[in-house]
Amino acid sequence: MKKDKEFMPKILAFLCNWCSYAGADLAGTSRIKYPPSILPIRVMCSSRVDPILIIEAYLSGFDGVLVAGCHPGDCHYQKGNYYTRRRFVMLKKIFEGLDLDFDRLRLSWVSAAEGQRFARVSTEFTEKIKEIGENSAKSKIFL
Amino acid sequence: MTKALKINKSTEQGVIDLLKFLLENNKVKGVFTLKKINKNKAIAYSIITDPDELKDAVPFYPLMPVNGGKLLSRFTLKGSTKKPVIAVIKPCEIRGFVELIKREQGSLENLYIISSTCGGVYPVKMSVNGDLEKIISKYWDTVKKGEISPDFRSACKGCEEFIPYNADMTIDLLGKNDFDKQCIIYLNTKKGEELIKGMKGEFLEKELDNKKLDKIRDNRKIEKKKLFDELEKKMNGMDGLIEIFGKCIGCHGCSKVCPICYCKLCGFESFDFEYKPSNYETDFRKRGGIRVPPRTLFYHLGRLDHISISCVGCGSCEDVCPVDIPISIIFKKIGESVQKMFDYIPGKNIEEDIPLITFEEEEFAEVEE
Repeated sequence: MKKDKEFMPKILAFLCNWCSYAGADLAGTSRIKYPPSILPIRVMCSSRVDPILIIEAYLSGFDGVLVAGCHPGDCHYQKGNYYTRRRFVMLKKIFEGLDLDFDRLRLSWVSAAEGQRFARVSTEFTEKIKEIGENSAKSKIFL
Repeated sequence: MTKALKINKSTEQGVIDLLKFLLENNKVKGVFTLKKINKNKAIAYSIITDPDELKDAVPFYPLMPVNGGKLLSRFTLKGSTKKPVIAVIKPCEIRGFVELIKREQGSLENLYIISSTCGGVYPVKMSVNGDLEKIISKYWDTVKKGEISPDFRSACKGCEEFIPYNADMTIDLLGKNDFDKQCIIYLNTKKGEELIKGMKGEFLEKELDNKKLDKIRDNRKIEKKKLFDELEKKMNGMDGLIEIFGKCIGCHGCSKVCPICYCKLCGFESFDFEYKPSNYETDFRKRGGIRVPPRTLFYHLGRLDHISISCVGCGSCEDVCPVDIPISIIFKKIGESVQKMFDYIPGKNIEEDIPLITFEEEEFAEVEE
């Protein structure tokens, strides 16, 4: 990346099939603009996202990791996202305890009808990561 | 008030007499305890069935060769024995065992548990070269006073959970001035009371001296804070972690001895965990070099993710670490912060679910953005 170019973060987004992925799709079909920083991965449920995956994404140099699922109470599998929330809280606490940037992790609820919201979440998160800067794990050799 | 049995003998002898009584009267078929292996005075957990063998038993020896909870889990993993067995283990070992039971890795069926208020243990390495045998009499003085020896496992120095949960019987040991003259056994459960019927001794109504134990706990709290502060100084984002874990040789010993790490096939040791040539090439390109074997930090962070919710802080991990990474303090510190958030004390209540397999509908709204 050339230095004069503005830093564009790379954000890995785990989107749940039933809500957030459809929400992202809606953002696309409605031609709502959102930053190109988001790299989506479709998962069947946000609770399918093992915290290990988030850790691996972080250590391999992603500047941010977004986990998005259905709003609480709306999970396609009834209660998957409640488990996601607990795991996410735990992971954030671990990051905090190890003095890592836990601001690089984000959990958001985006429903299938919220194309606007998906665009807003991605923009906000990208802006925030731009403020924090690059993930230092990206260039570390001794991981 | 709890029922208690008083025996006018030294605590260790009193307990051995009790175990002998149970074996001779066929109330239990075996005794799971620390035992001296004759010639070289090595100490190991054993299941004793012959009452005469009990002469070599050292139930309160300040050593934890392997976390007893892990061993009991292996003992009961495929079902319980028909005849009951009694186990003498330390408080954190029971907690580890209870956490394993919650993960369906063992059962309390046909098992009695004796534990004591725990003074702490020494690193295993000290027993291997005979150093421990030399200072053992000093240890009992430390226990009497309820003090912390600088030689203890660091996890023990800052341990606040020295009163056992889920034990059928609790032996009063820590901070008890006259434990070499008198043995007090608290009977916490009906099961325990039934078992001990017929044993010679004086039955009392008594409680553990909580004032004294609170004072000891305060001391341990101070010590814990010191250990945590020391660690905090080393923590400095990614660079701090690389410094701490940089010396890891990847033996995975910490996971082998951890009572909570129960998977028989560990993902971190699997074929899939190994890097492909293309992975190496990506890293060469991205980072300009790579540590081999790669992903050491990932292993430790992954283990934190798996363990922290249930870490009982036994300190076995640090004990076996050949390069002296302060793993037990890291896990204890982060474990406690995670457990506190869910208001969960691992191994305290066997009925309580592990926080990650349950939820409440209205909670932690602060993490949703």
